Amino acid sequence: MAPDAGSARDTDWDGVRLHIVTGKGGTGKTTVAAALALALAGEGRRVLLAEVEGRQGISQSFDVPPLALTEVRIAHAAHGGEVFGLSVDAKAALLEYLQMYYKLGRAGGMLEKFGAIDFATTIAPGVRDVLLTGKVYEAVRRRRDHRARGPGAAPAYDAVVVDAPPTGRVVRFLNVNHEVADLARVGPIRSQANSITAMLRSPQTVVHLVTLLEEMPVQETVDTIAELRAVGMPIGGVVVNQVREEILTLDVLEAAARNAISREDIAADLTRVHVRATEALVDGLLTEARDHAERVTLERDEAEVIADLGRPTYRLPSLSEGVDANGIREMAETLMAQGMA
Amino acid sequence: MVPVLDIDALIGNPQTCIIVCCGAGGVGKTTTAAALGLRAAESGRRVVVLTIDPARRLAQSLGLTTLDNTPRPVKDIDDTRGGSLDAMMLDMKRTFDEVVEAHATADKAEQILANPFYQAVSSSFAGTQEYMAMEKLGQLRLEADRDPDNPRWDLIVVDTPPSRSALDFLDAPKRLGSFLDGRFIRLLAAPAKAGGRAYLKVFSAGVNIVTKTLTKVLGGQMLSDVQTFVAALDTMFGGFRKRADHTYALLSDRMTTFIVVAAPERDALREASYFVDRLDEEGMPLAGLVVNRMYRVSAPGLSAARALGAAEELGDQERDSSSGVGTSDVSERTAITQGLLRMHAVQAEIADRHESLAKRFIAGHPGIPIVEVPAASGDIHDLVGLRTVGDALAGQ
Repeated sequence: MAPDAGSARDTDWDGVRLHIVTGKGGTGKTTVAAALALALAGEGRRVLLAEVEGRQGISQSFDVPPLALTEVRIAHAAHGGEVFGLSVDAKAALLEYLQMYYKLGRAGGMLEKFGAIDFATTIAPGVRDVLLTGKVYEAVRRRRDHRARGPGAAPAYDAVVVDAPPTGRVVRFLNVNHEVADLARVGPIRSQANSITAMLRSPQTVVHLVTLLEEMPVQETVDTIAELRAVGMPIGGVVVNQVREEILTLDVLEAAARNAISREDIAADLTRVHVRATEALVDGLLTEARDHAERVTLERDEAEVIADLGRPTYRLPSLSEGVDANGIREMAETLMAQGMA
Repeated sequence: MVPVLDIDALIGNPQTCIIVCCGAGGVGKTTTAAALGLRAAESGRRVVVLTIDPARRLAQSLGLTTLDNTPRPVKDIDDTRGGSLDAMMLDMKRTFDEVVEAHATADKAEQILANPFYQAVSSSFAGTQEYMAMEKLGQLRLEADRDPDNPRWDLIVVDTPPSRSALDFLDAPKRLGSFLDGRFIRLLAAPAKAGGRAYLKVFSAGVNIVTKTLTKVLGGQMLSDVQTFVAALDTMFGGFRKRADHTYALLSDRMTTFIVVAAPERDALREASYFVDRLDEEGMPLAGLVVNRMYRVSAPGLSAARALGAAEELGDQERDSSSGVGTSDVSERTAITQGLLRMHAVQAEIADRHESLAKRFIAGHPGIPIVEVPAASGDIHDLVGLRTVGDALAGQ
């Protein structure tokens, strides 16, 4: 089909409203989530970027003051697009939920006084995750005009991006409502939990995985995809982060690996440009090349494992300056160019 | 002068009985714990390594195929100095089951284990892991102490759970304690106790309001299930409380020491800072910081800028000497040298960045002993790899 001039660009995730971003610790999932939010906000759209672990990773990524309990605009995107940020807090979510659905006046205060609120938000296992996913659900379903009803009403956010817990915990996090629905055989909790589960498993939602070209993060990506599938969560793309620029050609890499680079030639070249070609320096350069060749081989193997997953894959280059607000913009551009948003 | 974290002195000190490794996810915490354990064992300590991470990474690096909540001996270590190494992975459900079985009557235990709330809490809910990690640490400690003349272990190395915040592990006993001392648990446990409700009524007039509200929010059935569950566990709570307090005391004891693990990245070091401050606040003994994956160049003395400049100049010289017009390509040989120089420049830049991140941490936390572990080109798969990490930890 020919692209229709004037319509929105085709992306790999058209129709998806909830993007959940996970990855092993240290892979940069927070910055990828931030970049994705910014990319989705192109074309003048409104996007909410939410974190659920209270780390303030979003405010640090965008270089804005720590996020409070309300949603604030943290970045402008192209053509009037906006990114809002929210650090989801379990206690605030619970109080809001109680107020919204039960209009608890004095009784709410009593719950607090009796330690019920603290119990639910910090002590009882599992409840936190119920509240955090519940708040995300609310944000996805919210209407721009809160009185508007029906499927035609404009949503408050065109997309919601969640900086989710890392791979080790994400499945438990996303599946918590399913467990809860089993426990609450009837009643309001059950229907609420079922609605959240239904949304998370619907085509409106995808879970993206961020990885590096290293063995452990790739293995966790593979394992997590299998676990997500097992609980019926829709799998999104794989973002390979911090991809190093290829500096040496394949021939040179192979020569380096075989120790076939001439030390004398290197020394002579260095001397030509007035670099003191000590033995230590020449040996060092060759060692670096050998280590690099080894790493490149490992990275190729990992890239193959990722390719075998058969998921849309995006590659983000390593930013030598480290990631700041400008780096996020650069990453957003790259993701858009590759069709993720 | 930055003090160096002397790992060998730490593991060589018989007073060191527990080492807790903490830090952000993905910084090599588990590998550090395993390498420390191996090094200590091969220097003659009797070591058990407790890992809590669900991805069985420690198992891989220790060559174990199953880690099943029971410490298993690690084979092929060098035991010529009389040491031993056991490793285990926390199975939170099994640990919880064991606690129930040990502290409740057979009837009651059966009733608890079959309760759907118990099953969800013990196997699928986040947050249980921290409590059970504490429990397991306490158990290992008890087991180690069983025969003081011939202890099964004299060093426990703990890898902390991959929590929202690594501090959850530290906070777990206190949170549990505050709940167990609070009014809410009495309200939840009340229906099962004879006269419990009457007692509560005298105690507070708010009980009815709270119960009514909970019924409204949770539904009557769910509330009564929760209450049955809490009431069933009630007999064990005292024991939980006592052991959690005991384990917390153990953590602040002189025999325990914390090692904060980080990688030379902004986020990981920020978390490390936070952790260092918290340990200090709580009066917990901190041995120092391990910065893993420090990038180092093999060719010293050549800066990134100088290397790039030299690569450019090589190209210029070649073009100047060639007479033909449009021969912008350099010879194959020059291309190789240029490639090596450019690659060195990239690596030198990363190394510089890592160094300056580490320096910034040091400046912000003067006096904290540090050891930097160089980045390896591949992953750790075996004892040989762990030994290399151990050497690096010891500054060798």
